[in-house]
Amino acid sequence: MAHASTYKPRSGFARWLDSRLPIMRLAHDSFVDFPTPKNLNYWWTFGGILSVCLVILIVSGVALSMHYTPHADFAFASVEHIMRDVNYGWLLRYMHANSSSMFFLAVYIHMLRGLYYGSYKEPREVLWILGVMLFILMIASAFLGYVLPWGQMSFWAATVITNLFGVIPFIGDEVLAWLWGGFGVDGPTLNRFYSLHYLLAFLIAGVVVLHIWALHVPGNNNPKGIDVKGPQDTIPFHPYYTVKDGFALGVFLIVLALLIFYAPNILGHPDNYIPADPLTTPEHIVPEWYFLPFYAILRAVPDILFIPAKTAGVIAMLLAIFTLFLLPWLDSSKVRSARYRPLFKQFFWIFVIACVALGWAGSQSPEGMALLVARISTLYYFAFFWVIMPLLGVIETPKSVPDSISKPVLGSGSAAASGTSG
Amino acid sequence: MITQTKRYPPRWSVLTIGVAMGLALAAWAPVRAADEATEALSPSARDWSFSGPLGVFDRAALQRGYQLYREVCSACHSLEFIAFRNLADPGGPEFSEEAVKALAAEHSVQDGPDEFGEMFDRPGRLSDYLPSPYLNNNEARAANGGSLPPDLSVIIKARTNGPNYLYALLTGYEDPPADFELADMMNYNPYFSGRQIAMAPQLFEGIVEYSDGTEASVAQMAKDLVQFLTWTAEPKLEERKALAMPVLIYMLILTILLYASYKRIWRDVDHD
Amino acid sequence: MAEAHVEEDQSPDTDRRDFLYIATTAVAGIGAAISLWPFIDQMNPTANVQALATTEVDLSPIETGQTIKVVWQGKPVYVRHRTQEQIKAAQSAPVDDLPDPETDADRVQQDQWLIVVGICTHLGCIPVSDPDNLRGEFGGWFCPCHGSHYDDSGRIRKGPAPDNLAVPPYQFIDDNKILIG
Repeated sequence: MAHASTYKPRSGFARWLDSRLPIMRLAHDSFVDFPTPKNLNYWWTFGGILSVCLVILIVSGVALSMHYTPHADFAFASVEHIMRDVNYGWLLRYMHANSSSMFFLAVYIHMLRGLYYGSYKEPREVLWILGVMLFILMIASAFLGYVLPWGQMSFWAATVITNLFGVIPFIGDEVLAWLWGGFGVDGPTLNRFYSLHYLLAFLIAGVVVLHIWALHVPGNNNPKGIDVKGPQDTIPFHPYYTVKDGFALGVFLIVLALLIFYAPNILGHPDNYIPADPLTTPEHIVPEWYFLPFYAILRAVPDILFIPAKTAGVIAMLLAIFTLFLLPWLDSSKVRSARYRPLFKQFFWIFVIACVALGWAGSQSPEGMALLVARISTLYYFAFFWVIMPLLGVIETPKSVPDSISKPVLGSGSAAASGTSG
Repeated sequence: MITQTKRYPPRWSVLTIGVAMGLALAAWAPVRAADEATEALSPSARDWSFSGPLGVFDRAALQRGYQLYREVCSACHSLEFIAFRNLADPGGPEFSEEAVKALAAEHSVQDGPDEFGEMFDRPGRLSDYLPSPYLNNNEARAANGGSLPPDLSVIIKARTNGPNYLYALLTGYEDPPADFELADMMNYNPYFSGRQIAMAPQLFEGIVEYSDGTEASVAQMAKDLVQFLTWTAEPKLEERKALAMPVLIYMLILTILLYASYKRIWRDVDHD
Repeated sequence: MAEAHVEEDQSPDTDRRDFLYIATTAVAGIGAAISLWPFIDQMNPTANVQALATTEVDLSPIETGQTIKVVWQGKPVYVRHRTQEQIKAAQSAPVDDLPDPETDADRVQQDQWLIVVGICTHLGCIPVSDPDNLRGEFGGWFCPCHGSHYDDSGRIRKGPAPDNLAVPPYQFIDDNKILIG
C-alpha cells in the first residue's frame, strides 16, 4: 500500500532540507499520514510497545555499561556497585532486567497476534521473516545479558547452553573452546558475551528498521484479515493510532513500573545473587521464564533411533524456532484471520495452551508428569506447524469473509460478531 | 465467494486431546516420591515492616541487627559490600556519622604501599569496607570444617522467600529425629536444604546485651538480623518505594488523559 | 489519502478538545523530560567516589622547610611547612604588582602551613619544587612546561600562568591534622 506522499514542508528550512535529505518526509509519510486500517484492535498496539521497550533497554543498558566491569573477579561486585553506589543505579538495573522480561511478554503477544490473524501470509512473508530474525536476536541477546551479573545462574546457564554446541559432530569440542576462549566458561567468555550483548542491541535496532520498512510496503494487516479496498477503510496513523498506542503503552508501563518498584526480583532467580562458583552447581538450573518453553522442548526429546537424546533435544529446540521461518508456506489456507477459520481457531488456542504447558514443564525437573506434559506439548507444537497448518487449508471450510473493512451497508452487527452473516 | 455449509462438532479437538492428556497423566502421576526425611520445610510467612508498597525498615531493629552482626555473625561471615559510611546512609541504620567514624576507627585497615614500598596498618575510615573475618574462601573453609560461611551482603535476595527463610532457619534448630543420620560436625535444621547445616545454632537468650535495652530473646534477635540483612541486600529499598508512588500516580494520570484523548479522537470513526 | 478526518472538525467543543490534547501532550512531555534525570545523574560521582572526596593529612611528620605531596580527589596537593624566611618573603611581596593580587594572609590559615593544589594554572602541568634547584626564581614552585614561577605563597610571579595556585578547601581538625575537601 505504497501511498503518494502528502508531506508539505512548512518553512524555507524544511524545503531546503527536504530537497537534500527527505527525512522529515519519510517520518511524515511513515508515522503521521500513514494510511492504517481503521479496525485495528488493542492486540496491534504491541508493535509500538516493543519499540519503546527496546529504547528503554538500550538507554538503560548504555547507562549500566558505564559502571559494569566484564571481568570474572569484578562483575558480580560491579553489579552490586551499581545497586549501591551509582546514582539511581538500582533503578537502571531493575529497569533493564524487568524491561527485558516484559519485552518477551510483549513479543510473544505480538507473535501470537500475527499467528491468529494470519499476518505472516502473502504479501507479508518478509515482514514475518524479519520478525522471526528479531526474535532469535532477542533470545541471543537476553541469554548473553543474563550471563553478565556473573551469579550462579548466569554461570551455569552459560555452561549449559554453550555445551549444547558440543553436539556438533566432529568439531564440537573445538567449537566449545572457541566459544569459551578457554576450557570452560570463564573470564574470557564473560568479556566476549558482554561485547556481543552490546552489539546485538544495535543489530536488533537495525532489523527493527527493516521490519517497519517491510510493514510499510504492504501496510498493516487487520483483524478481518482482508485487504484495504480504498480510503474509506483507512485512517491516518497520527493521531488515531499514536493516541491508541500511547494509551496501551501507558497501561503497559504501569505494569512495568509495578514490577520495577514493588517486585523487582520476582521474575529473577535467587541463585543469581550467589556469586558464580565453577565448583558448585545449583540444585535446579532454570532459565528465565521466557525461555522455559524451549527449555522444555530441549529436555523432552528421548533418544531417537541412533541420535542420542542430547543431540535430538538440541535439534528439536532449534527446529521449534526455525520452523517459524517457514510458517508463511506451511499454512495452506487462503483466509488470513482466524475469525473466519473455525477449526484453526480451536487449534490455535490449543497451541497457546501447549506453549503455556511447555513453560510450566520447563520450570520442573524433567521427570514424571512434567516430562509427559513436555512431550505431549512438544509433539503438538510440531504437529501444529507441520501437520495441522498444511492440512487445515484443505479440509477446513472458512466462514464467509466480509467484502471490506468498512461496515457493510446492510445489517447492523459486524461481520465478525455473527457467524451467520453473509 | 466462500460460504459456510459444513457444521463442526464443537471443540472436538480440545476434547480429544484433553482427555488423552488427562488419562496419560493419571497413569503417570504417582512416580514422584519425595524424600520426606531430608526435604526442607517451607518457612511460614511473617509480617515484616519493610514489606508492602509503603513498608520501611524498623530503624531501631537495623541498629540492633548491626550490633548482633558485629558481635556474633562477623566472627565467621563477611559483609563485603557494606562500607562503614553505609551505616550512616539514609534508609539504613542511620547511625550518626561521628558514631560510625568511631566504629570504623576501632578496626585497623591495611593500606599502602608507603614511600618505602611497605604496607602499613591505619585506623579504619568511613570509606573502608567492613573487615572480613578471613583472608579468602580457602581460609574460611579450613577454619570451618570444610564449609564456607557465605558472605551475608545479599543473602536475603539469594534465598527463596529470604526474610521468612532466614527467620525460620535461625530459630528452627532442633534435635534430629531418632532415625536421622546426622553427619559429623553438622547440625539438624529442618528449614535448611537437606536438613543438615554446618553452622551451629548461634542465637541464645542474652548472647548480646542490646545497647537500647531491648530484651535479647532468640526471636527478637532473629527478627533484628532479618531487618539488618534485608537492608544490606537492598539498601535502596526505601528510596525505591519513595519514588514508586509519584511515578505511579503520574503514569495513572497520563494514561487516563491518553484514554480520554483516544476516546475523543476516535469518536467519529466508524470502526469495530 | 485518508486525510478527511484530520482537518474537518470545527465542532463546538473544539476548545475543550484542544485543552485535552494540550494537557495530554504537556503531561507526557514533562514526564519524559523528568525521566531523563536518572540517566543523567548516573554519570555524576558515585557514592564510593564521593566517600573519597576528602583527604586527611597528618602534619606532625613534616619538618620545617619540607613539602609533601598528597592526593586529594585524584589531584596532587602540596603541603609545605614554611620556614620563617619563607613566611616573611611571602608576606612582604608587593601584592599590588602581582599578576593575580592576593595577600598571603588570604591564602593560608596558619602561617607555617601552605596548602595548594599542585596544578599549574596555565595548562595543567604539575609544577615542581625541588629543594636544590628547580624552585623557580621566587623560591616556591616552577612549572617546567612553560616556565611559570610561583612564590612561597603559591602565587604566580613570572611566566604565562594567569592565576595563583589554587588553595583547596581545608580545615584544621586539630593542631596536627588537616582535612582537605
